Amino acid sequence: MNPFVLLVARDLKLAWREGGAVFTALGFYLAVVAMLPFGLGPDLNLLSRIAPGVLWVALLLSALLSVDRIFHNDFEDGALEPMAGGPLPLELVAAAKSLAHWLSTGLPLVLAAPLLGLLLNLPSEAYGMLMLTMLVGTPAVSFIGSIGAALTLGLRRGGLLLSLLILPLQVPVLIFAVSAVTVSVTGPGSPLPALAILAALSLASMVLAPLAAAAAIRMNLQ
Amino acid sequence: MQLIGEKLTCVRGGRTVFSGLSFKVAAGDGLLLTGPNGAGKSSLLRMIAGLLRPQAGTLRLSRGPAERDIGELCHFIGHANGIKRVLTVEENLRFWSGYLGGEGVDKALATLGLESIRDVPAALLSAGQARRLALARLLVAPRPLWLLDEPTVSLDAASQATFARLIRAHLASRGIVAAATHLPLGATFRRKLTLGKGGSQ
Repeated sequence: MNPFVLLVARDLKLAWREGGAVFTALGFYLAVVAMLPFGLGPDLNLLSRIAPGVLWVALLLSALLSVDRIFHNDFEDGALEPMAGGPLPLELVAAAKSLAHWLSTGLPLVLAAPLLGLLLNLPSEAYGMLMLTMLVGTPAVSFIGSIGAALTLGLRRGGLLLSLLILPLQVPVLIFAVSAVTVSVTGPGSPLPALAILAALSLASMVLAPLAAAAAIRMNLQ
Repeated sequence: MQLIGEKLTCVRGGRTVFSGLSFKVAAGDGLLLTGPNGAGKSSLLRMIAGLLRPQAGTLRLSRGPAERDIGELCHFIGHANGIKRVLTVEENLRFWSGYLGGEGVDKALATLGLESIRDVPAALLSAGQARRLALARLLVAPRPLWLLDEPTVSLDAASQATFARLIRAHLASRGIVAAATHLPLGATFRRKLTLGKGGSQ
């Protein structure tokens, strides 16, 4: 079998067997979204206006919880070294592992979003566009996150530093995703330009982030 | 095929570990690295594997497959075993065999005495069993150059003897083995390199 596919399959199997990461992320997502109405009060109009932004921000934070594990375990147990000398260049190793992270964490979070939308009185006409922006935008979250994961490999409390490094890079994703959802509900104009830019961000990160992540891994393997 | 290192210098954290190190190992020969802790044995192996960039000097494989660099022609077995705790012994090995493009998982498991525990999650392995599983990677993907960093740590006497046989077989089939160790490996290494104390030869 193709080594790229094998690596993705192995990471998915590990994520499934270890279990914890996915459910922690989902639980955290639920907790953040459920806390918000308590803090803001039961103003349904306010909640439905801010719902897309809240759902997106909470998704970013939840995904970040597990992003540091993309390379960490393989680094700790020495599996990255044979991979560095394997048939795939490290760039593709980084891409495969980011893809596996998206499939195992990003996708479950996207699927949980409409349920959490109910808690925030998300307008019914926004669901389709919200799901679409999340499907299009979350790969960027995993791939950009992989840069931070690779940079903080050798550090003990890397998770915190990783959030500081990565969250600013996710701002464009957030802006265009939320503006696409908002425009689709309230207008004016079409949400397509914002959606197209979001797709561009995602595609660009899929190509460029593995290059940066691989460089950081090489540095950390020295 | 010949592994040649010329005037290699290794600097770690501002400290020169070794400098001006040269060696030549021909196919069928072994290179034994000895020296006190911190003399740079592991660093030299990592350097050959392409994980550590030498500060100065060159490393090359003469008369090897030209289009591939040394990293893709070697097995590097370091201190860490590269084993996933939640996968079984067989799943671990099958992944490496598929990923590195080899075969013969069943034979490797039998050779290293892991057959009876093939379905056991690797988290439950003893240190010696985990080491054997790491060494099994040498057998599931054929590569000419073996870089071994303290390979026999925590192996029992019988496994050490098995492993010595594997090294001898690899050398006999015109492979190259470079090993850093404090324990006798039970195979004849025709080249010896003693590191440490400023100079080395």
